[in-house]
Amino acid sequence: MNVLEIQNLNVAFATGGGFLRALKNVSIDIPEYCIVGVVGESGCGKSTLINSILRLLPENGSIDTGSIQFEGRDLAQLNLSQMQGIRGSRISTVFQDPMDALNPVLSIAEQMLHIQYRSDLSRKKKNARSIEMLRRVRIPDPESALKRYPHEFSGGMKQRIAIAMAMMMEPALLIADEPTTALDATLEVAIINLLKELQSQIKCSMLFISHHLGLVAELCDEVVVMYAGEVLERGSARQIFHDPWHPYTQRLLDCDPASQTLRTRHLPTIPGEIPDLRRDQEGCIFRSRCQFCEEVCKTVPAEVETEGHHVRCHRLFQ
Amino acid sequence: MLIYSLKRLALAVLIVSVAMFLLFTMIYLIPGDPASVALGPRATEAMREALLVKMGLDQPVWIQFWNFFVNAWQGDLGTEILSNRPVFHVVMEQLPWTLALITGGMVWSIALGIPLGCWTAVKRGGLADRLIGVFSVAVIAVPSFVIAIYALLIFAVSLRWLPAIGAGDPGNLGDQLLHLILPSLAVGLGWVGYIARMVRASMLEVLEAPHIRTARAFGLPDRQITYRYALSIAILPTVTLLGVGIGQMLSSAVFAEIVFARPGVGKLVYDAILTRNFPLVSGAVLVTTALFIAINLVADLIVGYLDPRVRSRL
Repeated sequence: MNVLEIQNLNVAFATGGGFLRALKNVSIDIPEYCIVGVVGESGCGKSTLINSILRLLPENGSIDTGSIQFEGRDLAQLNLSQMQGIRGSRISTVFQDPMDALNPVLSIAEQMLHIQYRSDLSRKKKNARSIEMLRRVRIPDPESALKRYPHEFSGGMKQRIAIAMAMMMEPALLIADEPTTALDATLEVAIINLLKELQSQIKCSMLFISHHLGLVAELCDEVVVMYAGEVLERGSARQIFHDPWHPYTQRLLDCDPASQTLRTRHLPTIPGEIPDLRRDQEGCIFRSRCQFCEEVCKTVPAEVETEGHHVRCHRLFQ
Repeated sequence: MLIYSLKRLALAVLIVSVAMFLLFTMIYLIPGDPASVALGPRATEAMREALLVKMGLDQPVWIQFWNFFVNAWQGDLGTEILSNRPVFHVVMEQLPWTLALITGGMVWSIALGIPLGCWTAVKRGGLADRLIGVFSVAVIAVPSFVIAIYALLIFAVSLRWLPAIGAGDPGNLGDQLLHLILPSLAVGLGWVGYIARMVRASMLEVLEAPHIRTARAFGLPDRQITYRYALSIAILPTVTLLGVGIGQMLSSAVFAEIVFARPGVGKLVYDAILTRNFPLVSGAVLVTTALFIAINLVADLIVGYLDPRVRSRL
């Protein structure tokens, strides 16, 4: 049973240089109670994916084709007020930078009250609920924390508060957009453990965006590898990390600093650049940087699936 | 907050003192001595010197300044030449009329400027945004006395909707308010433009902020995001700007009071200049300056109160 099913999603942005295809035939399933990780380098479409699910694309962006099935409804077809009903209650989000994620002129209490605007509880009970959530994310002295303003907290504390806000309405899906990237490495583990703990308590699914491969390997049940707006490979964390099929995934794992066995001054990189997404790309999107590129890769796109392990590469046919 | 308020108050006192010094210097540098102006051309030398001693003008400059300074802080701005009444009382009699006028101007600029700025920011790029943009720049560019004259001609003379001159019957509040509409519009209309531009610009900036995206991701209603989450931040620079705006309205008030023949400090200064009543001119200017500085102090304190980031840093 999947909480979220994205099928053949195509998203484009109108730019001065023509249409930019930011997502191309993206299909991702998020099973119930599972944590699905999305990895890929900057500009691969991770943020566009989140914004498409939440329907918060910038004005020049639009969902062209494809569907986003969530609790029996296609999010891509909903109008904005229907979508508003889902955001924050059924799908919640924790964003990357906690420094600027909370409103600076409203107290934590006000912001947490506003998120509960759909509930019929009394103001007192809502505040009690806020305090309970702050306690669950281990904010010291939650009663007085409620009266304070975001700038009075450290980055790690703010991210905890943001997580408390996101989990408050017990969503079916939590989207975590690089929740630890802006934090110190020492806080990373604590925040990740907290997310995992709340996820299992609330029994929600989680879409975890990160470019920290080690974190994804540890936290996620399934992994999606994105490149230039396409899903090149997806499967269980075991399949992706122990038996990667796509050359891009293989090279991405080779580049992970944690995988280096020898002390080195130079970390490996993947040579070449992301193709210009404003031009139509035929064949495999990764071919310009792939060392195994063949004639067939230039024209024919590939899609292979075995035991839930999807990969867009021709090498497996051979 | 208390320490911050006290610091700002001390700074305001210092600024008023500097203003007094500048004012004193300017009066001192005016050619001719006040005694001969007061006594007229037919006065004898003995009469002139007697008045100089009486006014303290025979003392060295720095003693004159010290006396002026100490007296002014005690509310003694000297006596005016024509009727020998204390300048402070004469100015204070007229001040409520001018305060009413600039308060009216503020009401116009806030009541129109903030909604227009907000609306154009939310509907940016649309026809309304462009038309209001042109309107804003136009009213900023037109001097307030031109607005005053046209407002008078259109609404009072041609359409006869509103009274043309005067401040209304004494004791009749409704009539006085009716008489306030056109002059305060003349004083405030330019500031409708300023405020609208300012609010629009800061709203656009705030609406792009990550915390607004968070609010949207939590499914908060648009109305709440626009007013509670964005405007409450975008309004802060506008409050500071309004403090400056009141200073400009004080100077536009001079024209509005002359055109609409209203009583007020502006009219008082104008008449005092025409009759060479210099103690009255300097007294009125000093009171207005102190008023302007006090209003800016209040604006700063309001910003400090509205913005928790500023509030806690104090």
